[in-house]
Amino acid sequence: MVRLWRSTVGKKAVMAVSGAGLLLYVIAHMLANLKIFFGARSLDGYGHWLRELAAPVFGYEGVVWIARAGLLACVLLHMTTAIQLARRARAARPIGYRHRRPVQGSYSARTMRWGGVLIALFVVYHVLDITAGVVNPNGVPGQDYRNVTASFGRWYVAVFYMLAVTALGFHIRHGMWSAFQSLGISTAKRRRALRAIALGVAVVITAGFLSVPIAVLTGVLT
Amino acid sequence: MRLTLRIWRQRGTSDAGELVTYPMDDVSPDMSFLEMLDVLNEELILRGEEPVAFDHDCREGICGMCGLMINGVAHGPERATTACQLHMRHFADGDTVTIEPWRARPFPVVRDLVVDRSAFDRIIESGGYISAPTGSAPDAHAVPVPKPDADTAFEAAACIGCGACVAACPNGSAMLFTAAKATHLGLLPQGQPERYSRAEAMVRTHDELGFGGCTNTGECTAVCPKGIPLDTIGRLNSDLLRGALRS
Amino acid sequence: MSQLYAEGTPIADERAPDGPIETRWDRRRFAARLVNPANKRRLTVIVVGTGLAGGSAAATLGELGYRVESFCYQDSPRRAHSIAAQGGINAAKNYRNDGDSVHRLFYDTVKGGDFRSRESNVHRLAQISTEIIDQCVAQGVPFAREYGGLLDTRSFGGAQVSRTFYARGQTGQQLLLGAYQALARQISAGTVRMHPRTEMLDLIVVDGRARGVVVRDLVTGEVTSHLADAVVLATGGYGNAFYLSTNAKGCNTSAIWRAHRRGALFANPCYTQIHPTCIPVSGEHQSKLTLMSESLRNDGRVWVPVLAGDDRPAGEIPDAERDYYLERMYPSFGNLVPRDIASRAAKHVCDEGRGVGPGGLGVYLDFADAIARLGRPAVEAKYGNLFEMYQRITGEDPYAVPMRIYPAVHYTMGGLWVDYDLRSTIPGLFVIGEANFSDHGANRLGASALMQGLADGYFLLPNTIGDYLVDGPFDAVDPAHQAVADVESEVRGRIKALLMVDGDRTVDSFHRELGQLMWEHCGMERTDAGLRKALAQIPALREEFWRRVKVPGEGAELNQSLEKAGRVADFLELAELMCLDALHRTESCGGHFRAESQTPDGEARRDDENFSYVAAWEHTGVGTPPVLHQEHLRFEHVTPSQRSYK
Repeated sequence: MVRLWRSTVGKKAVMAVSGAGLLLYVIAHMLANLKIFFGARSLDGYGHWLRELAAPVFGYEGVVWIARAGLLACVLLHMTTAIQLARRARAARPIGYRHRRPVQGSYSARTMRWGGVLIALFVVYHVLDITAGVVNPNGVPGQDYRNVTASFGRWYVAVFYMLAVTALGFHIRHGMWSAFQSLGISTAKRRRALRAIALGVAVVITAGFLSVPIAVLTGVLT
Repeated sequence: MRLTLRIWRQRGTSDAGELVTYPMDDVSPDMSFLEMLDVLNEELILRGEEPVAFDHDCREGICGMCGLMINGVAHGPERATTACQLHMRHFADGDTVTIEPWRARPFPVVRDLVVDRSAFDRIIESGGYISAPTGSAPDAHAVPVPKPDADTAFEAAACIGCGACVAACPNGSAMLFTAAKATHLGLLPQGQPERYSRAEAMVRTHDELGFGGCTNTGECTAVCPKGIPLDTIGRLNSDLLRGALRS
Repeated sequence: MSQLYAEGTPIADERAPDGPIETRWDRRRFAARLVNPANKRRLTVIVVGTGLAGGSAAATLGELGYRVESFCYQDSPRRAHSIAAQGGINAAKNYRNDGDSVHRLFYDTVKGGDFRSRESNVHRLAQISTEIIDQCVAQGVPFAREYGGLLDTRSFGGAQVSRTFYARGQTGQQLLLGAYQALARQISAGTVRMHPRTEMLDLIVVDGRARGVVVRDLVTGEVTSHLADAVVLATGGYGNAFYLSTNAKGCNTSAIWRAHRRGALFANPCYTQIHPTCIPVSGEHQSKLTLMSESLRNDGRVWVPVLAGDDRPAGEIPDAERDYYLERMYPSFGNLVPRDIASRAAKHVCDEGRGVGPGGLGVYLDFADAIARLGRPAVEAKYGNLFEMYQRITGEDPYAVPMRIYPAVHYTMGGLWVDYDLRSTIPGLFVIGEANFSDHGANRLGASALMQGLADGYFLLPNTIGDYLVDGPFDAVDPAHQAVADVESEVRGRIKALLMVDGDRTVDSFHRELGQLMWEHCGMERTDAGLRKALAQIPALREEFWRRVKVPGEGAELNQSLEKAGRVADFLELAELMCLDALHRTESCGGHFRAESQTPDGEARRDDENFSYVAAWEHTGVGTPPVLHQEHLRFEHVTPSQRSYK
């Protein structure tokens, strides 16, 4: 296992698995977000339910904290391997080309690293904003609906959010297929299908996330 | 045709290099790219200048010796074509053509456009073979090989070891080269006994030599003169992970 | 002619056993003395060249436990020019049940070589052919297979049985990679030490034995000596004497020529093979010629217009005005006649003014019928990569317009003389693969070069070299030994001399001029007058070379002009011997066609009475007449007959 961790292929596998964990979370998060269209009660109720979930066993917010710990582990592994591989890549070509023209790599493949950084910065702000409420104009725990609408009421926050989820979409588009490849699941026969699935998932997730700030900005949600 | 060449000149591995501009007046569209460089070199020699050093040998696209970054693309603009089989008819009169060597830490520049690719030999030496000493073989028909497997193995075995994959990879990874060999041998029944240890050893050597990791961008397969497919890398990944889980 | 060379004493192959031909190899192996396994570690063998012969020999000697030092001029042993062989490899497996056998392969090869090869050698080659396929499959060579999973075969130029195993159009590549991987395994095991980008420049002979080589590191320019108990040369052929050939640019004669100068006899230098299916020359800048696999002749039909000077596009020439000359002249073999016959026929129709393409130096190879008969997908499956290659080089689509082909120098059957054990006339110097003269006589059959290279490297040399090495380890040679120092300083002197000329002509310009001269006078058709002209011109060109060549740069660095200059200097000496050999052999045989010796209908006429021998030449100095030693050929199992492919 140590040898596997040391190898570039092993690191890619770790990145793929941690990415898959994060992706599952993102899907659940996006679906939960859509509850906002069913009104404040629906969203806030869901938040309450989540905090109460299995409380007799894990205590209030127990499941939430377990999930947060898992997510943090995934984020750390994902970022560690990303940074290590990026450093390796830089070391592998100390002198660059004077004239360089990419032939194949899609936009999403080429923007994985900076896109990832953008997403990471956004997540920090997003947690401070919605989860901790520190930088939220409303910032009342439990009032998820009002916190969200208040936040997106500021156009620049909404734009930042939309930018970040678009970056996330691109990240998922290449990352999801790439994970299949890194784990050796993608074959010649499956590649087209897997690429299409990755694109579909990326589009659905992006659209789902974008719908909320757009709805706030256009006044559908108040 | 008239062309302006910008060629990377570098005396030795530890010297600094630079792009030097050479105008070419009389380029025939039927010349190969290397023949165009031959003509330039003849002129340079007669002018008392040092000719441009570049690697080449068979000039029919199979030995893998030639390798030039032409206008930022490994082996130039034509797909599935080595520099030696690239013909000048693919360029236009008046073009400026920039020619650089492969760039990767494991491929140090030896002189001008010549690089040292012996790192590839190290990868093969670490396990890119089937241990079948001379004389030990059973009859060739003793083990049938399903045709699809044989064909896919052949496709991967067509790698010429030119290094374009490394040159083009944004990460300086040699994963396509490594995976091509792992796929070729790993698909054949003769290659099964060493399949997982081979993948592990070759990837370990690949990493130790300082090549970067794969990020599945596909640049490698796009410039590969033999079109080695990207799923060879998926297969290598699978072999490596399965091998690790087994042990 | 007597002043051109001297007659020496005949030589004989003393190591080939007599008796039943089927058991000669068995008996030789049994008679050969064996080296104690513990002693092998103490014996060093130098192998120069890493093609099919050299790569497989180095790997196998390493497996046996010898200490092997392997050299190649390329940056990796995987790039030797064997890699470019396209068509396939013959083996008498008879998997097709179509009447093949060891004896038939033996017979076909002796006949194909126009009865100028040794029966013993050829029979052994045919026997071993089957083991080669087994070995290569075990190594993972991805030969073409049928749907049942068994190996596919095809028939190939000059053969009426289907005995050619292939891996699409890249058989040489796949076989070489197999040998390279076996070599890599030994390098990693520490039995073989690899010296890439290192060129052999001379042979070290101490007390009558080959004991080492002087090499130049092509990166640093450093000249060093390497000493061993035996030296194996596997450095390929000398087709680049013609400048334009299908050989790689780096292929050269220096290793065998230097060994020849040190005393190894050079056999049949004039036997060169001109391959009929190459892409024609497109202009003066041409640096090499590209072969299109001969397998194309299985389905393509060769033709030219009936009328000279007919310059209509191929598609506009009706069938009645086309001359499918091979089918017309050779009804039973048609387009599949051996290479020498197909090449010469192409030359003749072009000489008649019926050639096509630029300069009229080309004939059509037409697939229209095959596409109509088999359908485009089937043709594509069989020849797709060759068609692509043709299109890449010429810019023409061979599915739409017929290919244009013309003969080009491809292979040299001549080489250093060796006996049954592959020993040259210098004790301790072994020569294998194309570098020796052994098995192909005056003409090599398609798909036989790969067979011979691998037979020599995997199976023959490893079994015969022991009989020499059993007397070793020989007394250690002090690196300061006078013989070593002398050779080294000669090499250094030569490099210095080349750099010092500082003339006004490039190396390539001399090489091109030599090539044109050789192609004209020592190419497909040779005449007494032409060869004499060449023999007058070559020394003059050589003299001019040493007076006017310009080699820029220094010796102690990577200097590709210097590398070329050394090689061309040797070609300028070898070319003279090739022409002399061609001049003295007044018969026609195989690839050697003397215009004076032909049948009334223009076929080659052998002269068995006077020329049934191997011409082995002894060097006496540059510009001084060499000595001819004849090895008489005996035919007990195949009766020499006039080859007929009618």
